[in-house]
Amino acid sequence: MSNVVPAPKLTRKDFESDQDVRWCPGCGDYSILANVQRVMPELGVPREKLVFVSGIGCSSRFPYYMNTYGFHTIHGRAPAVAMGIKAANPDLTVWLVTGDGDGLSIGGNHLMHCLRRNVDLNILLFNNRIYGLTKGQYSPTSEFGKITKSSPTGSVDFPVDPSTFAIGCSASFVARSIDVDATHLTEMLRRTAAHKGASFLEIYQNCNVFNDGAFDAFREKVHRDDRTIRVQHGKPLLFGKDNTRGLRIDSRTLSLEAVTLGENGVTEQEILLHDETNPTLAYMLARMPFPDFPVALGVLYAVDKPTYDGTLTAQRDASLKKNGQGDLHALLHSGNTWQVS
Amino acid sequence: MANPEPQSTPLPHAAKEVSGAVVRFVGDSGDGMQVTGSQFTVAAALAGNDLATFPDFPAEIRAPAGTTYGVSGFQINFASRDVFTPGDSPDVLVAMNPAALTTNIRDLKRGGLVIVNSGAFTATNLKKAGYEKNPLEDGSLDGFNVFAIDISKSTLAAVEHTGLSKKDAERCKNFWTLGLMFWIYDRDLASTIKWVEAKFGKRQELVDANVAALKAGHAYGETAEISHFHYKVPPAAVAPGTYRNIGGNTALAWGFVAAAQLAERPLVLGAYPITPASDVLHELSRFKHFGVTTIQAEDEIAAICLALGASYAGSIGLTTSSGPGIALKGEAIGLAVSTELPLVIVNIQRGGPSTGLPTKTEQADLFQAVYGRNGEAPVCVLAASTPGDCFYMAIEAVRLAVKYMTPVMLLTDGYLANGAEPWRIPDIADLPKIDVTFRTDPEGFHPYLRDETTLARNWAIPGTPELMHRIGGIEKSFKSGHISYDPENHELMCQTRAEKVARIADDIPELQIEVGEDSGKLLVLGWGSTYGAIREAVQRARERGLSVSHAHLKYINPFPKNLGEVLARFERVLIPEMNLGQLVKIIRSQYLVPAESYPKIQGQPFKIDEVEERIRLVMES
Repeated sequence: MSNVVPAPKLTRKDFESDQDVRWCPGCGDYSILANVQRVMPELGVPREKLVFVSGIGCSSRFPYYMNTYGFHTIHGRAPAVAMGIKAANPDLTVWLVTGDGDGLSIGGNHLMHCLRRNVDLNILLFNNRIYGLTKGQYSPTSEFGKITKSSPTGSVDFPVDPSTFAIGCSASFVARSIDVDATHLTEMLRRTAAHKGASFLEIYQNCNVFNDGAFDAFREKVHRDDRTIRVQHGKPLLFGKDNTRGLRIDSRTLSLEAVTLGENGVTEQEILLHDETNPTLAYMLARMPFPDFPVALGVLYAVDKPTYDGTLTAQRDASLKKNGQGDLHALLHSGNTWQVS
Repeated sequence: MANPEPQSTPLPHAAKEVSGAVVRFVGDSGDGMQVTGSQFTVAAALAGNDLATFPDFPAEIRAPAGTTYGVSGFQINFASRDVFTPGDSPDVLVAMNPAALTTNIRDLKRGGLVIVNSGAFTATNLKKAGYEKNPLEDGSLDGFNVFAIDISKSTLAAVEHTGLSKKDAERCKNFWTLGLMFWIYDRDLASTIKWVEAKFGKRQELVDANVAALKAGHAYGETAEISHFHYKVPPAAVAPGTYRNIGGNTALAWGFVAAAQLAERPLVLGAYPITPASDVLHELSRFKHFGVTTIQAEDEIAAICLALGASYAGSIGLTTSSGPGIALKGEAIGLAVSTELPLVIVNIQRGGPSTGLPTKTEQADLFQAVYGRNGEAPVCVLAASTPGDCFYMAIEAVRLAVKYMTPVMLLTDGYLANGAEPWRIPDIADLPKIDVTFRTDPEGFHPYLRDETTLARNWAIPGTPELMHRIGGIEKSFKSGHISYDPENHELMCQTRAEKVARIADDIPELQIEVGEDSGKLLVLGWGSTYGAIREAVQRARERGLSVSHAHLKYINPFPKNLGEVLARFERVLIPEMNLGQLVKIIRSQYLVPAESYPKIQGQPFKIDEVEERIRLVMES
């Protein structure tokens, strides 16, 4: 984070706006909002330096509920607006809130370019695999064959995986979490905030009205340990109750294998160590087929590279140093001129 | 070759004084016609002539050599009197190959002078240009004064001593041609020699070769039969001051740099490359030390959205494009209307619809500018009238955008963008300061509090303590700025946004009559780049005794307050436009006057003769 200004101690309450929250009762968005509001005071950024920018959709209502600056823009375009804000004032801490439709369908282009440029933004993509605000059509992350109002015989689209997409766009930070796992989600929000550059956090979020239970197979507490893997940098890729299962690489086919420690002589030595800076591993982890493999959660990928807004500022400073403050009179008189008396 | 017969026969070498001329240089894309034209322009300007220029590029980047679609042109009108347009028909056509000749000869005045590079009139080139016979030999150019000179050969001979390869040596032929034209119009070679030295300074052999070619072409004039065609155009009487030549896109870019300085705010340009607007992006990207940030966005939508984001954060947000790009920006313009943020959108119009005629000019995006959005989404619409005027209208667009917290659409077009004219450089101290005040007082704040006079909402930028607020594209409550679906409130907000833009009429100059009386039989009303052609046509019609006046609109939404009165003082109103009649429909609907349309939609600007002829027809009918 760029703003390490000693701020008065704020609490979660200080980040709640005076607006009534209008998501459907039971929506996963409530949990995400509560966790964001919980994490905010820890970050030490004064409220006036925080801007929440969103596009259109259920998730994009988010800025109205944060007592910070907020801009609810148009469908899909929030990354571009956020980029303009950062270009104008890199001192601001900008959070972008988007969804699977907003960020990957109508706004896929902007999200791609914002990620590859490494604009210093914290991007939260709420993935509920459905269009909620327009009342239940399939989204670009809905599974093939999804039956919805607009696909009564099943959708004929293959889905895109948001984290895989982000890695493909050369994002410098890609993480994944779940709406209901407060401990993990707050940890991921902290990491997202701490990363300088375009930080992309995909959050599996349940839409209890139009796509209820989409993630139950691994989101439910009883399944979580066996069906998800919490990746941690430098730690072995172990999962399951008592960490008895793990991921190893088949070096002949360069593919992952889910194995059980002790079975067929498998030892912990063979288990892969997670390396956040390895884009190939990040890609493999992001798109492990469920349920043969667990769903990877955590920071899949994180590297440092120059930020877009930082480079803009550096170029401006270099130009000022080289040319001095722009002189309009000299500009207008540059090149061939002549006098008429 | 036709036998050259000058119309009068002064002594050879004695320059005959003429009031002006129109010269067109045409050749292959690779023949350097733009450089030739630019250098000829500088020399005319330094000699004190008034002038206007217009380049005509092919749409192809590198069209195959010798083809008609690879022809590149540059026209200049220079005179000892006021010049308002690049001229209707050339007096002199310089054609470097058959394709250039065939595509341009029909525009030349009867009896005009044609200089052709006969060295390029090979069988292959004649065929590529569609000639079955060599026009230099078949008599088809009778009626013109034709000089067929093997410029290629003469150039090779002139630069032989520099040791350049044949290919490089032949590339100097445009300077040979320029030298000859300098002789014909009695110009000084010094400015071009200086330019060549600066341009090729590191390669002395290129400096030597181009200067040698220039001097050889010049010397040819003295010795050839062409020496009868030797003219002098005295300086024009223009207002005192320091002048420079300026093109519309450069003037526009510099106007925005000036506006940012006058407002003491950084400028953020979001743009996506598009003809003919890209040069504004190129130009502004050089000015980081003026506090200008340029971002080449991933598309037109991102370009405007990031400009709007920058405005929200307190910079001056700007996006520049042309018709197809503006179409994509429509939804974001609506967001700027709804969030009442300042934003400048420039549409450098080109031929449409769709891709249309990218390198040609048109004014057919007026309806798009005034009406082209969903919902009641009024924006302020301005139009620049000359290349130099683009500078002032850029400043005006920024002034109105920040004062009224509104998007402003500034219209120019390909003709203004690429055209150039001498421009009196303003004194910076004379330019109006642009007052920008951000809200900082939390007492009673909400984001949609308005100034009573302008109805502009207060501009509270992120980073300001205690003013945290949320805005967006959903309707806001007039009273609190919070989301509101209340029916009466929506009507009030729509009326308020419309009224705010309407009140700009109190803040802009009244419409002036440019030429002619304040009342009479006919008012010719124009807007945008048609200024020069209309003004000169009206002047000529008046010289023939017709009761006709010219007024020109630079403010289209809102119109100047006195427009209705001005219209009422004339028996008839004629509106020439480069479209099928758009302003005329707006004028008719707002003022209920039977204004008559004179549409032209050929990708080419109006000629003075065309407008003059239409004035005559209208007045006879």
